[in-house]
Order: sequence, then C-alpha cells, then structure tokens
Amino acid sequence: MTDYNFAYLDEQTKRMIRRAILKGLAIPGYQVPFASREMPMPYGWGTGGVQVSAACLTPDDTFKVIDQGADDTTNAVSIRKFFEKTAGVATTEETARASLIQTRHRIPEEALSQDQILVYQVPIPEPLRFLEPSELETRKMHSLEEYGLMHVKLYEDISQHGAIATAYAYPVKVEGRYVMDPSPIPKFDNPKLGMAAIQLFGAGREQRIYALPPYTQVVSLDFEDHPFEPSKADYDCDLCGASDSYLDEVIVDDAGGRMFVCSDTDYCRSRRAAGHVGAQGAPYEEGAA
Amino acid sequence: MIEIEGLGKSFTLHNQGGAVIPVMTGAHLRVARGECVALTGTSGVGKSTLMRMIYGNYRASAGRIMVGETDIAGAAPREIIQLRRDTLGYVSQFLRVVPRVPTREVVAEPLLTLGVARADAIARAEALLARLNIPQALWSLSPTTFSGGEQQRVNIARGFAHAFPALLLDEPTASLDAANREVVLTLIEEAKARGAAIIGIFHDEAARGRVCDREVDVGAFAPGQAA
Amino acid sequence: MTPLLQVRDIAKFYGARRGCEDVGFDLYPGEVMGIVGESGSGKSTLLSCLAGHLPPDRGEVIFDTQLHGPRDTLTMSEPERRMLMRTDWAFVHQHARDGLRMGVSAGGNVGERLMAVGARHFGEIREQAVDWLGRVEIAADRVDDKPQAFSGGMQQRLQIARNLVTGPRLVFMDEPTGGLDVSVQARLLDLLRGLVREMGLSAVIVTHDLAVVRLLADRLMVMKDGRVVEDGLTDQVLDDPQHGYTQLLVSSVLQV
Repeated sequence: MTDYNFAYLDEQTKRMIRRAILKGLAIPGYQVPFASREMPMPYGWGTGGVQVSAACLTPDDTFKVIDQGADDTTNAVSIRKFFEKTAGVATTEETARASLIQTRHRIPEEALSQDQILVYQVPIPEPLRFLEPSELETRKMHSLEEYGLMHVKLYEDISQHGAIATAYAYPVKVEGRYVMDPSPIPKFDNPKLGMAAIQLFGAGREQRIYALPPYTQVVSLDFEDHPFEPSKADYDCDLCGASDSYLDEVIVDDAGGRMFVCSDTDYCRSRRAAGHVGAQGAPYEEGAA
Repeated sequence: MIEIEGLGKSFTLHNQGGAVIPVMTGAHLRVARGECVALTGTSGVGKSTLMRMIYGNYRASAGRIMVGETDIAGAAPREIIQLRRDTLGYVSQFLRVVPRVPTREVVAEPLLTLGVARADAIARAEALLARLNIPQALWSLSPTTFSGGEQQRVNIARGFAHAFPALLLDEPTASLDAANREVVLTLIEEAKARGAAIIGIFHDEAARGRVCDREVDVGAFAPGQAA
Repeated sequence: MTPLLQVRDIAKFYGARRGCEDVGFDLYPGEVMGIVGESGSGKSTLLSCLAGHLPPDRGEVIFDTQLHGPRDTLTMSEPERRMLMRTDWAFVHQHARDGLRMGVSAGGNVGERLMAVGARHFGEIREQAVDWLGRVEIAADRVDDKPQAFSGGMQQRLQIARNLVTGPRLVFMDEPTGGLDVSVQARLLDLLRGLVREMGLSAVIVTHDLAVVRLLADRLMVMKDGRVVEDGLTDQVLDDPQHGYTQLLVSSVLQV
C-alpha cells in the first residue's frame, strides 16, 4: 500500500483529470481530451474508467464495480481489488451503499441518489466514428451541431432491419446540444441517463472524458415515425421474478434449456433476500450463490 | 429584324506562324420580318461564315450584327444564349446531339428549354416528325444512327419546333427527296407568313426562287472587293 | 438580373508555384459554365477554391444567397458556408467513392442531405430517396443496396441524386464523366442536361473532355498555366478559337 500514491495515480495526474471532469460537467456531453496515462491493465479493460475513479476517490468513499451488471466477473473483481490495494477504500456490492460506482455496459437497476457518482468505462467515445473516420471532421461536426449523419445510421438500421436495431450504445442528445455515445449500455438503460447522480465517462485509449451532471436532459435520437423504444427480453427474471429489470439469457444445458436472469446481480440478490422467487429460483439463503 | 453593318472577319492561326487570313470585310445586310433573304456566291466565299457570325458561333472582328435589339458582335454570352433560346433559330447542315436521346426528345428540346409543358412540346415535336415523314417507329430511337436525309429532317424539325422570330437555314433542302423538299419549303413559307425573318443558303435554285424575296452575293464582301 | 455567382480575382499559389491567378467571371441562374484545360492547368484548383474546399490566397466568391442576397462565401462564417454546401450547393466528384458513403445504402446516401437539414420522418425521407433514385434511373428495389454493388455509371448517378435531393441552385462538377465507358457517359450527359433544364440549375463543370462541354456547357473558359486564356460561348470558343492555345487544344481532338 505504501508503495503507491493514494489510488495509484500521482497527484498531478489526478488534478489534470479532475480539471477535465469539471470541464466535462460544465459542458454536458462534450468530449474533453485528457492526457490518459498508462495503467497496469490493457486498453479495453477499463483504463479510462479507472483513471476517472482514481481522480474521484477519497479515503472515505465506498467503492463498487460492476461489469455488465455483475459484481463477480473477472473485470469487476480485478478493478475492485486494484483500488482496495492502491487506495485502501471500502468496497461493496450493494448499490445503495456505494458512493462511487464504476461500471462497464450497465446502469444499476436501483435508482441512484445525488450523493453518488457513476463512472462509465468507454471504448469509443465518438458517436459519429463509424460513419465518419476523420477526427478533424467529427470535431467540426460537433462544434457546428451537424448531426444529420447520426440519423443516417438510424436510417440504415430501419432500412436493413425494419426497426432501429441499435440495441446498445444508442446515441443521445444532451441538453439539446451535443450528441453523445452513452457507452455500450443497453438502450433499456437510456431513460435512466437523466438521473440524480453525477455520471462520468472515461475513455482511456481514446483519451476523452465526458460527463452528465445530475438531472441532465438526455434524449435518445429517433425518427417521428420510428420513435425510440427501450427494450428488454420479454420475460421475468427466473431467479427473482423481477419484470422490470434488464435480463441476461443463460444457456443451462445442451438441450436448448435456458433461463433469463437479472443482469444486475445485486438487484437480483436483494430481491431474493426480500423473498421474491422466480420460476426457476430456489428460496434465498444467506451466503448461497 | 436582322441588320448587319460594316461586318468584318479574319482568322488568326497562332499555330501556323500567326498567319492572319481576312475572309470578310464591310458586310451589310437587312432582313425585315416576313422576309427571306438568300446568301449566294461561289463555294468558299463565306456564306456559312457569315451565317455562323450572325448566330454568334464565329466572333466578328468588326461591325455590328443586330438581331432584334441585341448586337451579337458585342453581346455577353448569356445574352446570346437567351437570344438563341427565344429569338434566333439555326438549322445547320449537321445534327449534333447527345447520343442515345430519343428523336422526339431531340426535337422537343428547344421547347422544353423555353419552359413549354412537356406534353405540349412532345405533341408539337411528333407533329413535325410526322409532317417530315420520319417513320413513327424511329421516334423513340436516337437519330445518331439515322441516314443523312433522316438526320437532316430531324434537324429541320428541331429548328422549326419553336416559332423563332429569326431563322438561319444552312442548306435546308440538301439531300432531301422531292416530297420532303416540298414539306420543308412549305414550313419556310409558313414561317414567313407568321413574320419570321429568314436568312438561308440554298444551292437548290428552284427552292431559292420559290421562298426567297432577295439575294445577297456574299462574294461582294470578300476582302479586296469594293463593297 | 443578379448573377448567382460572382467570382473576382481568384488566386491560389502553392509556394511559389501558381495554382491559378486572375480568374473572374459572373454566372447567371440557369447557366452552365465549362472549364477546360490540360492536366495542371489549374482548373481543379480553381474549382476547389470556388466550392470552398480550398481557401484561395485572394479574391472573392460572391454567391446570391436566398436569405441575405449576394455574400462573399470566403469571408462568411464556417457554419454558414457549410450550410450552403449542404443546401444550395452541390459537388459532384470525379470518383463516386469520394462523394458517396460506400458503407451506407443508396437510400441512406440520398437521405443524408435531407437529414442534415432536419428531416426526421423515416417514411418521407425514404419516399424522397426512392423518387430521386428513379429520376437518375436507378430501380427502386436497389434502395437498400450499398454503392459497392453498383456499376461505375450507377454510382455516379447515385452521387448526383445524393447531391440534388435538397434542390441546390449551384452544382460544381469535377470531371463528372471521367472514368466511365463512352456509352455510360452519354446516358449521364443526357441525364445531367435534363436535370439542369428541369431544375434550372447553374453549374460549373471542370473537364478535359471538349465533347462533354459542347453538350453540357453554355459558356466555356479555357485555362492554361493557372490563367484563363479565353472565354466565351462554348460553340464560339470551340468553333472559332481566338487564342493559340485554344486553337491547339481544339485541333488536337481525335475525330471519330
């Protein structure tokens, strides 16, 4: 522990990142460039999110990490251990107890409050990238609010699939100004983006930070005749019976057997603890998986 | 309608030692509405050159060419373009068209350019093609593959599609059979009757005698000749 | 009548080398002007300067805007100029792949300019796209195909549809028929002529093909070493060229 500065990064770097975060909060949805550092993990494993978390953590924080909603996947466990070791902060799997949550590809089901911060890991921050390869051009398009191209992508979706098939990383417009990629969260989560907590987005390889202050107006792009629809699998959770949470499909045998379970493991656990039982669920036992 | 005064023309051949070849000097000519004037003279004397200058195709070296209110010799390109659209028609000896465009479109084009409704323009084009004995089966084909006589008649139909107040005709009856020659001469007479001022080159003396009111010998404008 | 485009004293240098210099002309509504010259004569540099792709070193490009009348497009703000490029102006590239989004369907390519100016109704955008594909003779059932699946001529027609869908008033074309088979060229020329006539378009066409300008352009400018050596009515310049270079150019054309 004493071998590292608090939360791994040196204080100058954290200050630099905080400045980028403050700028991002001041201009919601705008991608602020920052001098991303080499982190002791590969790009694509959340180096952007980790740097933002490092810059935000204080010794009093309680830290939670989820990967696609789960606290117990390799990525989540590694990052949680990283900060346990380098910052010595308390960690938790309970959404409500965490003051800072780092996430990959999900927003927790439980509504967040004003004293929480949600940090997203972002692979590609530029929503226009797949249609416009030039960074110079996309920056110009943002500065001049030329966002027609974003709708070309949605147009292509409808023309090829009959409906907007973009299911994750669904583009949004922030406060009527910047078009933003909400990171690869399912579009089911898009309506939650106007939440009470501060949301910070970090892209390590691409060296960009952007942010949504509490209660920001975030509108998912759509067409008049093909309005935005948040969607999820049309089932209830087989473990906890929840009908309102985002579900993962799990293949359970070679005979086509499958079950749908909450992608948010903490949400599922707490529901089962409260006595809810799904179609394939067993009654909850403390300490059981 | 057409008034020409002091018109001169010389060609400068920059790539042949800058040789200057004067071909015309002091040309003058007046054509009133409803009048047809024939340009005469031996081959190479400058009949086609004069006609091309009136159309703005060749640049005048000196003088004035008034067509209506416009002096072709000094007009800006867009004035000449406008004049060619609504006032000054030209039937050349050669048909020049975009390949693969159907004949009826070729003939209707001057009318479409003027903003005539499509159906009306096509109807007028088809009536002219019928009068000039172009078989109906050919109307939807490009004239680029037609025989010389057929191309000539398509060219005439195109030239007469719009009722131009001034018309230039370069050998309109050449390579035509008797029946079609008759149709063309009738078209010219009709144009005169509606008040068109016409300048024509006719090698066919009988045709010239029938439709032309006067003859102007272009040889008189050759350099070195007293005009 | 106010000229649609007034070009004054345009000059562009690449270091000490002249791209183009002393170029000026007026283009009136409905006029098509051709610019010819050999490779390196400065015609493409000029077109880039006029179309706002390359800032000239001096000069004015004054366009008669719908809202504010004649404005110098070189000094107007970038958002205004880019808006102009998406609405009143169009640019047809020699290579369709420079002017198309190759990864986007034909319908998306045509619809992009509509969406760029705020169209947000999928059904209407698609309807307009299909209508424009028809106008450039591309079958409606190709609307969802990507340009890679199209022939060269079809790609070029698609590029034209994509450009004209917002009803521009001025079209810049850089060798629009270059690289196409002659039979495909003819069809494209006919199409362009019809569109220019029906939409009352003004156009500036750069080409080295004298046959193309004879069929498409009302007026012609001949360039050599970055300067205009001759201009006038297209048929007058081609049939009675005054300048030595033009005479050479015209006499060098192969007769078929």
